[in-house]
Amino acid sequence: MNSSMLFGKLTLDALPFYSPIAAGGAGVIVLGGAVVVGLITWLRAWPYLWREWFTTTDHKKIGMMYVILALVMLLRGFVDALMMRAQQAIAMNAEGYLTPDHFQQVFSSHGTIMIFFMGMPFLFGIMNYVVPLQLGARDVAFPLLNAIGLWLTAAGAALVMASLVIGVFSTGGWTGYPPYTELSYSPTVGVDYWIMALLVSGIGTTLSAINFIVTIYKMRAPGMKLMQMPLFCWTALCSSLLVIFAIPGLTVAGGLLALDRYLGMHFFTNDGGGNVMNYANIFWIFGHPEVYILILPAFGIFSTVIPTFSQKKLFGYNVLVYATMCIAVLSFTVWLHHFFTMGADANVNAFFGIMTMVIAVPTGVKVYDWILTMFRGRLRFETPMLWSIAFIVTFVIGGMTGVILSIPPLDYVFHNTLFLIAHFHNMLVPGMLFGLFAGYAYWFPKATGFRLDETWGRRAFVFWVAGFYLAFMPLYVLGFMGAARRMAYYDQPEWQIYFVVAAIGALSVLLGIGCQVIQLVVSIRHREGTMDLAGDPWGGQTLEWSTSSPPPEYNFAVLRQVSALDAFQAAKEDGRPYIWPTHYEPIEVPRNTALGPIFGGLAFVLGFAVVWHIWWLAAVGVVGVIGTIIVRSFATETTRIISAEEITATELRWHAAVRARQEANS
Amino acid sequence: MFKDTMLDPAGPVSAATRDLFFDSVGLMLIVVLPVIVLTALVVWRYRAGNAAAAYTPHWGGSRLVELGLWFLPVLIVVMLWFVVWNRTHDLDPYKPLSSGQPPLVVQAVALDWQWLFIYPEENIASVNRLVFPVGRPVTIELTSDSVMNSLMIPALGGQIYAMAGMQTELNLMADRIGIYDGRNTMFNGDGFSAQVFNAEAVDVAAFQAFVAEARNAGETLDGGSFKTLSTPTIAGPVRLYSGVEDGLFQSIIASHGSMPHMEADTTTAPHAEHNP
Repeated sequence: MNSSMLFGKLTLDALPFYSPIAAGGAGVIVLGGAVVVGLITWLRAWPYLWREWFTTTDHKKIGMMYVILALVMLLRGFVDALMMRAQQAIAMNAEGYLTPDHFQQVFSSHGTIMIFFMGMPFLFGIMNYVVPLQLGARDVAFPLLNAIGLWLTAAGAALVMASLVIGVFSTGGWTGYPPYTELSYSPTVGVDYWIMALLVSGIGTTLSAINFIVTIYKMRAPGMKLMQMPLFCWTALCSSLLVIFAIPGLTVAGGLLALDRYLGMHFFTNDGGGNVMNYANIFWIFGHPEVYILILPAFGIFSTVIPTFSQKKLFGYNVLVYATMCIAVLSFTVWLHHFFTMGADANVNAFFGIMTMVIAVPTGVKVYDWILTMFRGRLRFETPMLWSIAFIVTFVIGGMTGVILSIPPLDYVFHNTLFLIAHFHNMLVPGMLFGLFAGYAYWFPKATGFRLDETWGRRAFVFWVAGFYLAFMPLYVLGFMGAARRMAYYDQPEWQIYFVVAAIGALSVLLGIGCQVIQLVVSIRHREGTMDLAGDPWGGQTLEWSTSSPPPEYNFAVLRQVSALDAFQAAKEDGRPYIWPTHYEPIEVPRNTALGPIFGGLAFVLGFAVVWHIWWLAAVGVVGVIGTIIVRSFATETTRIISAEEITATELRWHAAVRARQEANS
Repeated sequence: MFKDTMLDPAGPVSAATRDLFFDSVGLMLIVVLPVIVLTALVVWRYRAGNAAAAYTPHWGGSRLVELGLWFLPVLIVVMLWFVVWNRTHDLDPYKPLSSGQPPLVVQAVALDWQWLFIYPEENIASVNRLVFPVGRPVTIELTSDSVMNSLMIPALGGQIYAMAGMQTELNLMADRIGIYDGRNTMFNGDGFSAQVFNAEAVDVAAFQAFVAEARNAGETLDGGSFKTLSTPTIAGPVRLYSGVEDGLFQSIIASHGSMPHMEADTTTAPHAEHNP
């Protein structure tokens, strides 16, 4: 392709007029963006957003921005899912309404978005919000690094969204297997967008994980031993450690593929000594731990929600900690089960099959622990608990199909079929997404002061669970019939009814998402009725409930001396839940900084420039990053002091709210 | 509805796979069913409204119970280990199938987006159609002239990847006559969905007739006609070739060899010990 000095490979042909549907999708993105920008401008909210949100280093606001990013990307990823279900429901002996090329972009962006730009930011958002509060800490270890992590993730998401409007996205699936993704088979910029989005967000994820690890090791409340940390913090720790060890695999796989594509190297090409098997190994050394990066924190959420709504202690805390650590370590020993069919020796395949089953043991023990937590409890069925119960029942089915796939001879039959698709959605939808929804409903009142509407929450729950079963059980059946994944059309009449049922399931999920949108609107409109600044709406056991809702910027005016697990529950049973001194000390907090948005913007520019071979712009991006680091290194005043008077006023308001709540209860 | 799938096997490999499937599911249901039933029972019995149920808010563990929890999953998984080890060796796709007859060797080449089948002993080739005698093992040697592919005939058994510059192997057999679906299951581009072929298990006479039909096809497959054939084609027709240039399959592998202008280094292929 011709390349100009000024615009690289970018020409007007990059606009998505190759199909009316793609152009429509781009139109929605552009129009939606324009409406949001217009609305903010009309409300004159830019200074507020910049001052209070974009430049913040407060882990709570960063967490909320992560979750907002994830919810937006969830909508985008779900539209992709709906498009695929609609296509396959009608594409029996017919082309359907999507060209193969467009269908391929849709399934590639669905997978990429749901894992990297929905699941990861949602988890990192909840971890950001909750972990320091549960540790009884005033802040994270590296607030600036944390902000940069958010903005790099957002830059990666923006690159994926940009591909919808300018150019195309990859057609190589979320795994991007070469040689298909090499220049000779995928000459368009789609794969480059995919690589750049993952590399940029991968750096952000790694920075965030470093921050969490140091926070958990160094910032715990005085006296809190590791084995007195809430289980969610343990899972956040394991997940972050996995990120540190696993993401380099993705960076190397994507980076080497980029070297092949940009500099004509031969790591994974068909010729010149390249070998696709190396990619498969490197990618899945990242890819399998990634599953646990996503699912372990969700296990932590369930381990928090289930005891609270059972009004009982978590059963087997020690076992759950060890099981989590076991899973984290074992997750690095099973990657080969993603390609049993690549022709490895029977000894090798059998070994990795056995290792995979070993992981099922600690996971199974966790399920028993959750059931025993409910045993002899007093169960309240608010929405976070409903998600947790649906998770247990649905997840064990997915676990069973996972063990089936871990048996190599069965994998030979089910690999690359819709059985596999059904399996991993059966793990990640209940295992990760239901956990995220439970956490969203559970900690929403902590972040905002008011609760999510229960009625609409239940409706969303019913449509989601029904939709999940309708959408994915037929895919298991299709897998038995030998239906391959990623087919844009097919010629087997008996398959169609199952695809139609799956499409109905997707529509049910759409209703569920609709209910969640309504739930948010209704909850905000009726917030006066559920407003509870006292801070403990559920009868929580951990320290995030021992401060006001929403918590002050400094989280806790007084750091608590911790000597037991479930520190807040222990303090309540002591009859002294709150520590209210007569006078307060000033507290040092990090200042706001524009560095997050600047790095995010530069990373986007750099990624976009590399995708389109606009080398001068890429140079601007690199120089900008280096220059910003140099300028920042001269900053001396990076913190500010919140005065004792301000803290006293804030705390007294909260004390009044708590007393009012106590009187109302008694 | 599961006609000619693993649940309705047409050969010994898929029949053994089906048995393995039911055995392992049966074992796992010992763990899974009680979890589902217990969850339902516990959720119902210990609902907040049920004042008659016991309530022990401080009960957070019991060494005996916690140890016991590991017992059942460990037991099931250890049983599955033996199943996995034995059956993975029994059902190794590289393992020749036992039968009174020597296997029919077929060399399969994945193209964009067609399948080429070379019959070296018969010195014929077919495209998008695989014919073989019922009751006689078939040894399929695979490679790709393009990106990664995976060949699967669900009625007969599992799949193995086909990769450029490398040779892999799949042993299958049909024990009843029929026309079965075969396909590539590994996404490989625009023609992926149409990359299907008929796998025809026929009696010996019909196989001889197929060989004779191919020998009368006229066109032979050599470097030149292979080049024509390998241009990207979606839903290409069935073709037959009356002869195949000597060593074509190996030269296709070598053309993607580790270094230009060198023989293919087959030792880099998986399962190298099976590829002398």
